Amino acid sequence: MSTLTRLSGRPAVYRLNPVSKLAASAIISVTLVLSIDWVSAGVALGLQLVLFCWAGIGLRQFVRRTMPIWIAAFLGGFTILLYGRATGETYFQFLLIHISDGSIELAIATTLRMLAIALPAVVLFMSIDPTDLADGLAQIVRLPARFVLGALAGLRLVGLFAEDWRSLELARRARGIADHGRIRRFWGQAFALLVLSIRRGVKLSTAMEARGFGTPIRRTWARESRLRSADGVLVALAVVISATAVTVSVLTGNWNFIAVQS
Amino acid sequence: MSVGPVGVRIDARAWGWRHAGRSDWALRGINLTVLPGERVLLLGASGAGKSTLLHALAGVLGGDDDGEVDGELLVDGRVPERARGRVGLVLQDPDAQVILARVGDDVAFGCENLGVPRAQIWLRVRGALKAVGLDLPLDHPTTSLSGGQKQRLALAGVLAMQPGLLLLDEPTANLDLDGVGEVRAAVGAVVADTGATLVVIEHRVSIWRDLVDRIIVLAPGGAVLADGPPDRVIAEHGKALAASGVWVPGLPPAKPVRRPTSNATALLTTEALLTGRNARAIGDTPIKLELRRGRALAITGPNGSGKSTLALTLGGLLPPVAGTVSAAGLANGAADEPISWKSKELLTRIGTVFQDPEHQFVAATVRDELAVGPRALGLAEEEIEHRIAELAARLRLDALLAANPFTLSGGEKRRLSVATVLATRPPLVILDEPTFGQDSRTWRELVALLAELLDDGTSIVAITHDREFIAAIADRELRLGASPPVRRAQIEAAR
Amino acid sequence: MATMIDLPVVDQHGKRRPQSRWRVIDIVVASVIAVAVGLVYFSWNLIYSPASAPLQAALPGLQALVFGVWLIGGVLGGLVIRKPGAALYVSLVAATVSALLGSQWGLLTLESGLVQGLGAELVFLAFAYSNWRPIVALLAGAASGLALGINDLVLWFPGATPVFAVIYTSSAIISGAVIAGLGSWFLVRALAATGALSRFASGRQTTVDG
Repeated sequence: MSTLTRLSGRPAVYRLNPVSKLAASAIISVTLVLSIDWVSAGVALGLQLVLFCWAGIGLRQFVRRTMPIWIAAFLGGFTILLYGRATGETYFQFLLIHISDGSIELAIATTLRMLAIALPAVVLFMSIDPTDLADGLAQIVRLPARFVLGALAGLRLVGLFAEDWRSLELARRARGIADHGRIRRFWGQAFALLVLSIRRGVKLSTAMEARGFGTPIRRTWARESRLRSADGVLVALAVVISATAVTVSVLTGNWNFIAVQS
Repeated sequence: MSVGPVGVRIDARAWGWRHAGRSDWALRGINLTVLPGERVLLLGASGAGKSTLLHALAGVLGGDDDGEVDGELLVDGRVPERARGRVGLVLQDPDAQVILARVGDDVAFGCENLGVPRAQIWLRVRGALKAVGLDLPLDHPTTSLSGGQKQRLALAGVLAMQPGLLLLDEPTANLDLDGVGEVRAAVGAVVADTGATLVVIEHRVSIWRDLVDRIIVLAPGGAVLADGPPDRVIAEHGKALAASGVWVPGLPPAKPVRRPTSNATALLTTEALLTGRNARAIGDTPIKLELRRGRALAITGPNGSGKSTLALTLGGLLPPVAGTVSAAGLANGAADEPISWKSKELLTRIGTVFQDPEHQFVAATVRDELAVGPRALGLAEEEIEHRIAELAARLRLDALLAANPFTLSGGEKRRLSVATVLATRPPLVILDEPTFGQDSRTWRELVALLAELLDDGTSIVAITHDREFIAAIADRELRLGASPPVRRAQIEAAR
Repeated sequence: MATMIDLPVVDQHGKRRPQSRWRVIDIVVASVIAVAVGLVYFSWNLIYSPASAPLQAALPGLQALVFGVWLIGGVLGGLVIRKPGAALYVSLVAATVSALLGSQWGLLTLESGLVQGLGAELVFLAFAYSNWRPIVALLAGAASGLALGINDLVLWFPGATPVFAVIYTSSAIISGAVIAGLGSWFLVRALAATGALSRFASGRQTTVDG
């Protein structure tokens, strides 16, 4: 699938170790999720947007890949606007809809928070090669190789999904059932795709075992996954962004820990 | 790869295997010995357990979860599960053996699993790729390889492990002529170079006959039927083998007698047709065709020349990129162009049989599968029952009416997909590689069926690379793309 | 290798003890299922809004009635693979796939996958990984729904009213039980009928354990 393929190019983003990208994304997500307030999210988002310019992704690519996030963030914010906890002056009320000062503030905070958490994740993950990620997870994070590689192999079968799907569509037209019932046909095709994929998966696992996979023999790695200084820089940046966001928020008195009712 | 391992010795003593959940033994009482360096061709009817034996030798049948073992099977004196790395297995489906995304990584996979030190791995990878004749950069994406290339990639991946036993399970069944030649040459070179023991399963004997020095025939239920030098086995058992579906050289399947009709009206014509996907044309020679009743057209050409796309366009499933497809002779009240017809209208006019029968299955039983077309047309239940019974008898599917289509064997699936198309009696039938990987028995039946249809006045279009099929059935041949096709956009850029 | 297990295959009562070590085929097929489910999650991420909007307009919190789609992974994984950790694994990998494809909740999608998968896993564990009847599937789905409800309320809707919270969580539980629980159970049965699962216990079904 095109979204799973790496955009090749020069910028440093593509040479970073996938594990450090995961770590950076995790640091930001975990820190920002701890509070709902527009200051921490806004500061983080601002700093991230600046850094994105150096990531080397074209504006068009960026917008295309992140569009679902922008939509979801605004929708999420809108939900809170209408149904969030009501405090302060009320502007509109109808049945359970209750727009107030509090809900407006929470809505802005929610939207910014979603953006600040999800955008860097997408930017970083866009440039991850699945095989390199598997190498990193098995060699650096030391997850069991059987699971990591088995998952990678299964994941790769996705590449065939698109072509199979097209054939399945055309076949249904040829069988005379493509005139109506789109939804039912969709699920029928999805089921057929699942069956085909499982069978392929069974054959693939046989092929992998035939190449010695899954035995107790200690495995070696043809591609070495290493952490370089650039990876350290990335993680440090993530820490700095998170720390700045939190600090500014606490200092301006906006920090709103999610477990505490304000 | 110049100093290879010594070949592996195989010993089987009263060996048998039963899959979990089944009552019959797949193989029972197998006694055989294969000496190091021997080259064996394994033959037998479908279901005779040949694949099971190969999987057992590779140690991939599974453990107690998957079935029960009887007797002893030893590879170099050890149980196959403990001899991983000494045995290499290449399977039939090119797509299901590609493990990683880059060529070099895929070939290195086996070495990594065996604990080979990193520096050695890449040496072996390069050597293996050279041995199979795959001259590609190490980071070439594996998804863009042809079938023949993927099979050679699998072979390279196996070779990098430097095995003493090479097991090939119908390695060329899903390949076109070029691919078959490539794989055969690669295997020949490897075996000559390393002296490894070879066991091949294939139902086309001619491909491997001059490479192997021994043929073993397995009977259904799994006993050894024959075992000896190729010439002797073929002379003694040739007829029986041919009857059970093996392509025995010198005993080709009987060709049907044709009684062509005289009423050959035109059903479908094309003018200046260019086909392709997503509005990008494949090739730049416009196609002009006329399909007539009772006549068969074969479409041939190398990989990538757009045969399947042409078939889909003629079948009204893909829109033409340029030019027209006009089916005035079929329209019968509908518009001229098949692409504008509704799905139901297509049913009674043009039937398309896809290359992979599984893509066409939409129901849970064979009976329902046959009924899909007639039901969509709104026929009466009696008529539907009548048609199902007729087709089931004609295509030997009666015993399978209650089975799930996915559980059928390869030949049965092929027959079912043809049957579903015939259920609505379209005057034009398009088939994409109908004889791909079929044994000689199914081939014979299919050819006989198509000859009957032709004599009845149906028009047939078949994409195929099977020269015997073309000789038996086709009246005319359309050869696409003599040289590799160049897309329009690429031509533009080259100027 | 499946042959190297510590426990005897047949215990003193003559019943087959479930093997708890994952075979290679378990890992690969679990991953394939997870990828397919992850694709469904991703598509659902894109289109769930119009589906849930009318529910949300009717009664805030009711939109969770369609969230069961995101809970299929865990229950399906457990029912097909039938080994410890299957529900958790499939749920986690499916969430990862949908995150990689561009989920709007970023890395927290993984956290959701983890928590929701854990819900299903605990139910299967409670039945000692031996009972795969529809009722167990239903409970596993419901447990995932409960996990989804709590997780979302804590992370994404901490500012919501108690009424919203109750409606949201109950809808999630029902959705999980029906869509993820029963839906997965029927899906596995249909898959087994095609013979695709013939190397799994779930594909060689007898009437005894569902």
